[in-house]
Amino acid sequence: MISETAKKQIGETVSRYPEDQKRSALLPVLHIVQYENNGHLTEALMTEVAEILEISPLQVYEVVTFYTMYNRNPVGKYHIQVCRTLPCALMGAEKLVSYLEEKLGIGCGETTPDRLFTLTEVECLASCGTAPMMQINEDYYENLNKNKVDKILEELRQKAK
Amino acid sequence: MELILFKNMSSPGYTPKISSYLEAGGYQALEKTLKEIQPDQLIEMVKKSGLRGRGGAGFPTGTKWSFIPKTPNLIKYLCCNADEGEPGTFKDRQLMEKDPHQLIEGMIISCYAIGAHTAYIYIRGELVHATRVLEKAISEAKAKGFLGKNILNSGFDIEIYVHRGAGAYICGEETALLESLEGKRGKPRFKPPFPANYGLYGKPTVINNVETLSNIPHIVTHGGEWYAGIGVGKSTGTRLFSLSGHVKKPGNYEVPLGETFRHLIFDLGGGMLNDKKLKAIIPGGASAMVFTEEHLDVKLDFEAVAAAGSMLGSGAVTVMDEETCMVWATLNLMHFFAHESCGKCTPCREGAPWLYKIVHRIEHGEGKMEDLGLLADLCGNIAGKTVCAFGEAEVAPILGTIKYFRNEYEYHIREKKCPIHRSERLATIGFPG
Repeated sequence: MISETAKKQIGETVSRYPEDQKRSALLPVLHIVQYENNGHLTEALMTEVAEILEISPLQVYEVVTFYTMYNRNPVGKYHIQVCRTLPCALMGAEKLVSYLEEKLGIGCGETTPDRLFTLTEVECLASCGTAPMMQINEDYYENLNKNKVDKILEELRQKAK
Repeated sequence: MELILFKNMSSPGYTPKISSYLEAGGYQALEKTLKEIQPDQLIEMVKKSGLRGRGGAGFPTGTKWSFIPKTPNLIKYLCCNADEGEPGTFKDRQLMEKDPHQLIEGMIISCYAIGAHTAYIYIRGELVHATRVLEKAISEAKAKGFLGKNILNSGFDIEIYVHRGAGAYICGEETALLESLEGKRGKPRFKPPFPANYGLYGKPTVINNVETLSNIPHIVTHGGEWYAGIGVGKSTGTRLFSLSGHVKKPGNYEVPLGETFRHLIFDLGGGMLNDKKLKAIIPGGASAMVFTEEHLDVKLDFEAVAAAGSMLGSGAVTVMDEETCMVWATLNLMHFFAHESCGKCTPCREGAPWLYKIVHRIEHGEGKMEDLGLLADLCGNIAGKTVCAFGEAEVAPILGTIKYFRNEYEYHIREKKCPIHRSERLATIGFPG
């Protein structure tokens, strides 16, 4: 269920588009709903979004399945997305991924058993001058090395306690 | 040389707040526009400046604006393309995060020029921080009367909204951006009709890149002639180049068009990382054909790069050193293109994964000599056979590397292995322990 707080936010978002173009708010609204649901969307939520925007559920599903930022499966509390595209790869992104896999004990696309971390490889995040880098939830972590990664993971573990 | 776009943010103590921008003379160009300049004069001024789109295609901005019908009372839109996704490009992010009001002022003036009262900034969904900076800046501008109804008592109404995308490279293509903004899958539209006639919600629409729009207040302040006096030939003004890869000082650099790659990489970028030898340069983002050491003295202008067989594209310059395997680098980019193809046109949808598979088997020592012919044949059946320019983009890494580094492909096939041992290679660069 979408909360009343989120519904208020959705109302403000819808008001940014012409009255007969509610569908335009779909991408931003899905961000709001996904954020509130700990980083993923369910079929029930997508249907609810369809009702709010007065479009068919199919029009929501087809958008959710097209854009990579919408998750249809639960993700960990911290979703680690490592940029794998060339500028980062030239600066050791492959090694960064292996290091994270080793540290977390999971492969790409997987979530740790304590549901704290999900690890994903993603394409270019527009941070090529500060490679290698990763995004965790909303934040960018740049110019990474092993020490920095250790520290970041430790801080997040502490924060989650 | 005097900086234009990076001038404010380079001065000590400068913040994204409106107070900083006003102190630096911000929004005076808008006041001048509303008081003294008619929309038509504004379009002429931008035409005279020679400003060309900074997103990749390099289309003259003033000309693009002049295509918008002059019909009064017709709803028109401006969309700022902030879907910066071309691998190697990270300049628009810096412009938005560090000097958001420069962009907003540019957008208000541009709306006035084309007669739009609503503008959207379509920003990459991942750029949450930049989105917050822009939202804050918009509310500040509104509080000061630069946005909203009857701005500065001019009778002109204007609203700007930020719209977050959700991680699809193709939405940087202007008609895919419009589809996405309408709440649909980001699939490019067939052109014509062009957005100037049939854009957002079928209304006349201009789509301009962040850097393009950020130049507008400066052109208004100093005049079209002034801007045209910077740069070279038809490539006027300065440009932001995003320098990445194996260089000592990667980052964004603002330089007048017409400098050389050598100047950018060796003078500004501090030269090669670990003083290795330079092997390859991608001159304008992943969609641009690769250059080699021979091209270091090619000038950074649209025409010179095109004449040398590639494109200046989005201004992303990625540098690779002598120890980089070009087949591996190509494979990396083909993964990108196969992942990002929107799926609308068969040659691109089917072709990109096919190209990826062939390069994959070559890189992993399982390729055959015939594969090189097959790659060329496939590329010829993709480029030019799709609705948008993605087809040309996805074949560029292959065509470029086969042209200049065919011997590396042949080595992989003949010796059944990659000459560069990955784990050893990775021990020497980047991601230090």
